[in-house]
Amino acid sequence: MTILPMTRRAVSALALAACIASVGLPSAAQTPPGVLVVGQIAEPKSLDPHAVTAVNDFRILMNVYDGLVRYKSGTLEVEPALAESWEISEDGTEYTFTLREGISFHDGTPLTAEAVKFNFDRMLDENHPFHDTGPFPLSFFFSAIEATEAVDERTVKFTLNAPYAPFLSNLAYPTGLIVSPAAVEQHGADFGRNPAGTGPFKFAEWRSNEAVVIEKNPAYWDGEAGLEAVVYRPITDANTRTAEMLAGGIDLMVEVPPNALSEFEGDAYTLHEQAGPHLWFLILNAKEGPFADVKVRQAANYAINKQAIVENVLEGTAEVAAGPTPPAFAWAYNAALEPYPYDPERAKALIAEAGAEGAELTFYVTEGGSGMLDPVPMGTAIQADLEAVGFDVKIETYEWNTFLGEVNPGLEGKADMAEMAWMTNDPDTLPFLALRTEAWPDKGGFNSGYYSNPKVDELLEAARVSTDQDERAALYKEMQEIVQEDAPWVFVANWKQNAVTAAGVEGFELQPSFFLLLDGVTKN
Amino acid sequence: MASYILKRLLAAIPVILGITVIVFLIMSLIPGDPATAILGSYATPENVEKLNRDLGLDKPLFQQYFIWLGNMVQGDFGRSFSLNRPVLDEVLERFGATLILAGTSLVLCSILGILAGVISAARQYGAADKAITFVVLIGISIPSFFLGMMMILVFAVNLRWLPVSGMYAIYGGGDLPDLVRHLIMPATALAVVATGVIARLSRSAMLEVLRQDFIRTARAKGVRESRVVWRHALKAAMVSIIPVIGVQAGFVLSGAVYIETVFQWPGVGRMLVTAILTRDILLVQGGVVIVAACYVLFNLAVDVAQSLLDPRVKT
Repeated sequence: MTILPMTRRAVSALALAACIASVGLPSAAQTPPGVLVVGQIAEPKSLDPHAVTAVNDFRILMNVYDGLVRYKSGTLEVEPALAESWEISEDGTEYTFTLREGISFHDGTPLTAEAVKFNFDRMLDENHPFHDTGPFPLSFFFSAIEATEAVDERTVKFTLNAPYAPFLSNLAYPTGLIVSPAAVEQHGADFGRNPAGTGPFKFAEWRSNEAVVIEKNPAYWDGEAGLEAVVYRPITDANTRTAEMLAGGIDLMVEVPPNALSEFEGDAYTLHEQAGPHLWFLILNAKEGPFADVKVRQAANYAINKQAIVENVLEGTAEVAAGPTPPAFAWAYNAALEPYPYDPERAKALIAEAGAEGAELTFYVTEGGSGMLDPVPMGTAIQADLEAVGFDVKIETYEWNTFLGEVNPGLEGKADMAEMAWMTNDPDTLPFLALRTEAWPDKGGFNSGYYSNPKVDELLEAARVSTDQDERAALYKEMQEIVQEDAPWVFVANWKQNAVTAAGVEGFELQPSFFLLLDGVTKN
Repeated sequence: MASYILKRLLAAIPVILGITVIVFLIMSLIPGDPATAILGSYATPENVEKLNRDLGLDKPLFQQYFIWLGNMVQGDFGRSFSLNRPVLDEVLERFGATLILAGTSLVLCSILGILAGVISAARQYGAADKAITFVVLIGISIPSFFLGMMMILVFAVNLRWLPVSGMYAIYGGGDLPDLVRHLIMPATALAVVATGVIARLSRSAMLEVLRQDFIRTARAKGVRESRVVWRHALKAAMVSIIPVIGVQAGFVLSGAVYIETVFQWPGVGRMLVTAILTRDILLVQGGVVIVAACYVLFNLAVDVAQSLLDPRVKT
């Protein structure tokens, strides 16, 4: 009984062989020299810097555009970029910038004060003819601007409605990058797919869901880039991204999952790490329940073994946090602060003093979200530590969007504690939005745990209006001491951003701002 | 036949509309909104309200739905806010990729499944039958996304025979051999479960047919066994195999959601996952309408094919 006659079988085998031959097995993935292939975590939303909010999109934008100012390499301090100098008025409400001479956008139009004014008016003025090319979700970064004025060709003046110290730092953020007005006028709402800036690379091609390609801008004002081109590939799945890196399909991988780090230990790869302005913390409900007592809040800080979380759950991809301000803000960080040590006995004593033994706690945990690292295992570890000192902890887990919808309006009547993480660009942002009495949820802020200390409010208000960095630093340092003592949060971890580069990639450095700057990178 | 197809196509319209209503309701009922998704930690009530207004999401739900419906009937599926481009452009581009993947998979699982089923049935309880049954059972039991990851590890990372992910090479690709190389792993991973199901059902369908009188008559007339199996029996068994393939098409399309994520295939499945996470309701609607329409059409094709094969099936 022959099911397949021999001849037919031979024909099929031949066909299969021909097929394989035409496909050209075997073949190793290779990236061309001078072209850096970057594994991104998602497809960018848009290449219009004013329309996006994701760090993932910033990684492209920071290489295509410049702002008036930028962060000095390796720091979060501001230095000149498109503006060569600036002056701040005595009262801190007028900022006058002088633009560098002879700079052109990638589309050939010159950078003028009018062009800068166009950028801010488009974002902030609802009657601007191109305001409808938005929405501009982070435009509130510049809500202090009352008027932007082009004094002459190279001088632009911002008038603020009140002194606002983070203004310069916000200008260094991607929302402050300067786009070409001519390109916006030409492409309208599609500008985000046809971008033009002044940066070291210019936009070349966007193949949807495959790649964004940018090419060297030979006329860059700050020196030519070392790469011919950069290709950004969206690879959403972390395992697939790791596999691409191992197979040589990408040269640079960001956000390496902690459990994949060991794959990149050999000589063929370089692992980069950089602590950033990130804080992972637990919001404690200081309004009601056991955490209304400062002793119980301090007890929680003593009871949780942060070192174990950082080492075992996060595999060393974070450092233990001491207070509300991340050390990456070197100038404003109070280095004298020591993290709460892991001391369950002390925690038990404090709980006994407060009479909160055996208290039941509802703990909101998220499944994942921006900056949240590994929230479920972290939440479980925290639950175990708190139960070890006698609490009865009930975890409620929510998907990120739902979680924010539950936590941001405040924890009152719902929960005693919640996970949270923030990444910011100025030491003002997080405490101002999440620790002041005026920032309680019913007043539109993020103080979901209802912490209130008039002294902290006063320090933060003063730091926001001072234009002197040393004075601001002193105010922030005092604030950190008080907040650490008051323990409105459990300060858990500061995330270290990581990246892996393949052999041959040189000159790459991660920045504390978490931006990906590629103009100094070369690849052989 | 033509009037039957027309009737079925008309009947599909309320089905698809019903699906859009359900999707719209579910998307509105799940917590979280697009503005919160975009703003993340910066989602103050004030910022959320302003952004929702800018996105046109501050109108009542039914009004939003009818605006969408009215525009869609005129061919305007709206603009995706999370991708900042027209929904139709995105969906059509993505749909082509899914069609290539799911189509290849479906062909693959149909051919392999029927082949395995027929061989199993023809050699019932023989070594081939046992081996095939064993392999098929494993195939049905392995989750496709896990199989996909294992294939990446072996064939792309260790052996470096095939590319890890994507649809075309970033440089120097874009031709048919390049596409095939990128297609081999995802199409195979996607086909495995369906192959198993089709093989199992083809085997039982064939066994039933092989016991019938006309097969005995054919054998008695001295027709060659291979001809008996492949011409006489398989043709009769196809009547019950084809509806199974129709059902599997649905599974292959939904399985594409996982496989597209593992292999970064730029298809509708991956698009839908991202769209749901960012609460991009217009993009979800656009994607679902296309997938539903495709499923309805494919089922129609299956019914037509079945009635052509078996005159007893009334159209």
